[in-house]
Amino acid sequence: MAAKKRYAMVIDTKLCIGCGDCVVACKMENEVPEGFCRDWIVESVTGVFPNLHMEYRSERCNHCSNPPCVHACPTGASFVDDESNITLVDPDMCTGCKACIAACPYDARYVRPEGYVSKCTFCIHRVREGLDPACVASCPTHCMHFGDLNDPESNVSKLLESRPFKVLAPEAGTEPNVYYLI
Amino acid sequence: MEEFITTHRMNPDIDPVLTIWRWQVSVYLFLGGLTAGLLILGALSVLQRRKAAPTAAQRLLVWTPVVLGVGLFSLFLDLEHKIHVYRFYTTFRVTSPMSWGSWILLLVMPVSVLLIAGTMRETWPGLYAWAERKGLRGLATFSEKRLMGLARLSVALGVALGIYTGILLSAYGARPFWNTAILGPIFLVSGLSSGAALVQWMSRDEREHRLYTRIDVGLIAFELFLIGLMLIGMASGPERQQAAAHLVFGGELTTYFWVFVVMIGLLLPVLLEVFHLKGRPQPRFIAPAFVLLGGLIFRFFIVEAGQLTTWIGY
Repeated sequence: MAAKKRYAMVIDTKLCIGCGDCVVACKMENEVPEGFCRDWIVESVTGVFPNLHMEYRSERCNHCSNPPCVHACPTGASFVDDESNITLVDPDMCTGCKACIAACPYDARYVRPEGYVSKCTFCIHRVREGLDPACVASCPTHCMHFGDLNDPESNVSKLLESRPFKVLAPEAGTEPNVYYLI
Repeated sequence: MEEFITTHRMNPDIDPVLTIWRWQVSVYLFLGGLTAGLLILGALSVLQRRKAAPTAAQRLLVWTPVVLGVGLFSLFLDLEHKIHVYRFYTTFRVTSPMSWGSWILLLVMPVSVLLIAGTMRETWPGLYAWAERKGLRGLATFSEKRLMGLARLSVALGVALGIYTGILLSAYGARPFWNTAILGPIFLVSGLSSGAALVQWMSRDEREHRLYTRIDVGLIAFELFLIGLMLIGMASGPERQQAAAHLVFGGELTTYFWVFVVMIGLLLPVLLEVFHLKGRPQPRFIAPAFVLLGGLIFRFFIVEAGQLTTWIGY
């Protein structure tokens, strides 16, 4: 039996220019309905003039190792894929009660016009074919990386070993799997 | 620090602030609490007298499945994928308060019907006669024989229902205003207060009317105390909870909370009840109507306040 994967995304904020290609690629790949986003760009400016720091972040579902959305779901529609640790939604099980949306500190979920909840899947359909998620594959600055953190030889493991990084709202206790190199 | 989304994320009901739960959920939480209050007070009346009696508390039991049914319908209206509503009952998720609630509700309905069947010979003789004509005498006899057990079970289920409506919200760590364990007890006390107000309103017996007025004064005072504790806990908590407390201490819900929730929803009715007990004349329905209105306003407030508080500031 293959070792259990722990897929993660590592995004280099030093290289991201906030072009939004990842957002467009996601919309195309996953046929995201008009007016909705599974990923988005945040521009963050910190500090006091003239000592300002600016960073761009491509954000999405963090596929948390301790996912509050999955814990909150009353039907099991939100679940963690056994092989990959990717958090998914089964539309056939979803009642549209929105408990998972309330539970997500990152506001990464939304209700599709059909009535069920949707969000980033790390493009699991591509990952199963050995491809990178569409956002990672389309990034023109190569600031986005995808791989298995359980494999110490993977590019994401090596990046997190060699560079300082952060995750979003770690104090929420969700153990996110999207990392930002800083 | 300033952070904003540059590639527009304007997901409906998510941005700019969460508005996933609206009046349907508030109405459900209110009616769920009212059901819990009516069930507990009616069952306690049975236990106290050790028999069925035509008190207002016991007579109002007949409304519990109706009130709960209307509440559940309101909740059903909130579901975005209505055709899948049965999925709540194809599994039990131990970590999901909503799953617990679904099963509690499934138990409350039949138990409340049995409690009505066990008391209706005294409380609603017309209903008993109708049931007899429809061949349901066996159900009444079955329930009458087990009345004390049913009443005890009803108290337990009523407490579970009342607390659950609060825990449903308090279990969301992502929403700091909700994320306080005291919300469960507050919703239970508020539900009991709504129930006591309705008993007070409907009672035709002066002693019972005064008794439930006194009970309601105590419940509202206790509710105010618990809400005070909740705000102290929040205001002295970590950064996110302090930000949540700011909503009512200078933030955008300050007027809503102090004027509508506290003054009109809690202080005004408790003062009216105290005046009534002291013999000041006033229409009988005024104080209980304000208590019920206050309970509804409180649910609307909490549902909105939680959705305004978050971990991420954009």
